[in-house]
Amino acid sequence: MSRGKNTDVHELPITESILKIVLKHAEMNGVRKVMTIHLEIGKLSDLEDDWIQRYFDYLSKGTAAEGAKLRIERTPIMIRCNACSASYEAEIANIGDLACPACGEKGGTLLTGREYTVKEMEAQ
Amino acid sequence: MEEIKLIEVKEEILSDNIKQAEEVRGRLEKTKTMLLNLMSSPGSGKTSLILRTIEGLRGSLRLGVIEADIESTVDAEKVSARGIRAVQLRTGGFCHLDAAMVTRGIDAMNVSELDLVIVENVGNLVCPAEFDTGAHKNVMILSVPEGDDKPLKYPLMFSVCDLLLVNKIDYLSLNDFDTAALRKRTLALNPRITILEVSCKTGAGIGSWIDWLKAEVAAFKRLR
Repeated sequence: MSRGKNTDVHELPITESILKIVLKHAEMNGVRKVMTIHLEIGKLSDLEDDWIQRYFDYLSKGTAAEGAKLRIERTPIMIRCNACSASYEAEIANIGDLACPACGEKGGTLLTGREYTVKEMEAQ
Repeated sequence: MEEIKLIEVKEEILSDNIKQAEEVRGRLEKTKTMLLNLMSSPGSGKTSLILRTIEGLRGSLRLGVIEADIESTVDAEKVSARGIRAVQLRTGGFCHLDAAMVTRGIDAMNVSELDLVIVENVGNLVCPAEFDTGAHKNVMILSVPEGDDKPLKYPLMFSVCDLLLVNKIDYLSLNDFDTAALRKRTLALNPRITILEVSCKTGAGIGSWIDWLKAEVAAFKRLR
């Protein structure tokens, strides 16, 4: 799912939301400086890790989250077979040719892989 | 050295948009107006399809159109020229529409007088798939010259749509596009999707699209 040289700004609104959530929790917990932010993003998302960090660095200037590092955990694409209910992991590369390893049924229901969550953060 | 705290957050990054999208859906359910989000790559025929749809629905359903465009207003002008209520949203640099932008679009039209509002999203197969616009139905167009391998490259888009329109079927004879392969790849990702083949140029298949739309709007009105 490479976008090549396509310069979408899809990461910008996502990064704004991340910063908003982080600053809210920083204030609630009375911390002065956020150091690390752990994100959970599904493997189906096309977000570029480097771009999120770059936008974050720009948007967070002058806030408690300035200089914070984003650690992105990619959650796997899990499919549940519609025929036998077995769950299995799929990769983006073979997503157009899914087959249940247990019964061979084509396709299924997506269980995970679309996550967009701020999981936790480390702060002082 | 100050103590480092680990703060549990567990918040959905897109929660603001999801909430706003639910508001849009709820608001339009009150007026029994179905919102349809139309997505595709640039040049695959979104505006041509809307112009065909205006003709196909004339006299049966009251239609409004929200056009998203990064800079221009050409699409909204083409739609308004046919006597249809059209709102142009200029998205600036944005590559997709979100529920807040769609809210501005429906604020600008009297939705209680409409049965169906079609939102023409920004031409792009990546970002629009990630953002809930508040639509009740999501429809995408894939045109024959783009190739039958697109479900492999943009799986999220193909998995969020209720209907896939394969446009420009008049090009099939000039192309090695494999319709059976496209169907197989799409249905593997999304077994519930409906696939229709059309040509906005010749009008082939447009009748089936109009029938699908009428049936969906009727079902929507019965449920709400």
